[in-house]
Amino acid sequence: MSTLSARHIPLSHLVPWLLAVPALLLLGYLVLMDNGAVSQTGGYLHELMHDGRHLLGVPCH
Amino acid sequence: MVRTLLVRGLLLGLLAGLVAGVFAFTVGEPRIDDAIALENAAAAHEHGAAAEPESATHGHESGTHEHESGTGGKESGTHEHGEEVSRGTQKAGLFLATGLYGLAVGGVFALAFAGLRGRVGPRSDAALALAAAGTAFAAVIVVPFLKYPANPPAVGDPETINTRTLLYLAMIGVGLLSTAIAVTTARSVRGGPWARWPAAVLAFVVPVVVASLLLPGVDEVPDGFPATLLWQFRITSLGTQLVFWASFGTLFGWFCDRAARAPAPA
Repeated sequence: MSTLSARHIPLSHLVPWLLAVPALLLLGYLVLMDNGAVSQTGGYLHELMHDGRHLLGVPCH
Repeated sequence: MVRTLLVRGLLLGLLAGLVAGVFAFTVGEPRIDDAIALENAAAAHEHGAAAEPESATHGHESGTHEHESGTGGKESGTHEHGEEVSRGTQKAGLFLATGLYGLAVGGVFALAFAGLRGRVGPRSDAALALAAAGTAFAAVIVVPFLKYPANPPAVGDPETINTRTLLYLAMIGVGLLSTAIAVTTARSVRGGPWARWPAAVLAFVVPVVVASLLLPGVDEVPDGFPATLLWQFRITSLGTQLVFWASFGTLFGWFCDRAARAPAPA
C-alpha cells in the first residue's frame, strides 16, 4: 500500500478495458460534434443537444 | 479493480453531468434565450435587405433555394432554432447533453485514472482524483477556451463549423501534450519543490502560448452584438464546465476515500 509500485494496476489488467475508450469517444462525438454525418438523423441530434453544446463550450454553428 | 473504477467513473460522471446541467439550465438558458432573440431579430431585419446580395454571391445555389432543398434548406434549418426541435425540447435536451457528456468523460477519466494510479501523481486515490480532475479541467477546458472561447447562438458562421471544430480539437491536443511535457519535466528536475514547480508550470505554459500564437484566430462576432451578453455567456459556459469538473473530481475522490475505508477489500 505504501509504495508506489504496489499500487499500480498492471497494464495487462488495463488493456482489455481500453476497448471501451472508442465507444466513449463516439458517444462524446455524437453529443458534442456530430452534424448528421455519423448519426444519420439529419440535424436532429445536433438540435436536441444544441443548448448543451453551446454551454459546454464546443464550437457550434 | 479496473471494472470498479470504470463503473464509478461512468455513474459519477453522469451525476456530475446532471449537476452541471442544473447550473447550465438556471444560469445559462436565459443567455441563450437572449442570444436567440437577437438572432431572430437580426434575421427578420435582414430578410428584405440582405437576401438579394446573398443570393448574388452564392449564384449557383439560387436554383436549389427555390426547390427548398440542398444547402439552402439546410441553412435555414440551422438558423431558425425553433423549427426542427422546439425550444422546450432543447432545454430538456440540455440535461441529456450534459448527462451523456458526463458519462463519456467519466468513463475515459476512470480508465486514465486506472493507468496513472501508482505511476504518476499523489499516492492517495482521493488526492489523485482531485489532482487529475483539476489538471484535466486546465488542459482540456481552459486551454481551448482561452484560444477559442465559447460562443452563444447568433455568433459564428455556419460555413466554418468544421474548421472551428478541428482547431478546437487541436487546442485540446495542445493542452494534453503540454500536460505530458509538464509532468515529464517535473519528474526529471531535481532540487526540491522550488525548482520543480516553476519548471513544470513553465513546461506547460510555453507550448500553450506558442500554439496559441501559431494557430489562426476566429473572430465571428457580428457587428452590434452586445459585449456584455457575450462576456456573460462565455463565463457561464466556463462555469458549466467548472461545476462539472469540480463536482466530478470531488465525487470521484470521495468515493475512492470511502472504498479505502471500507473493511472489505475494494
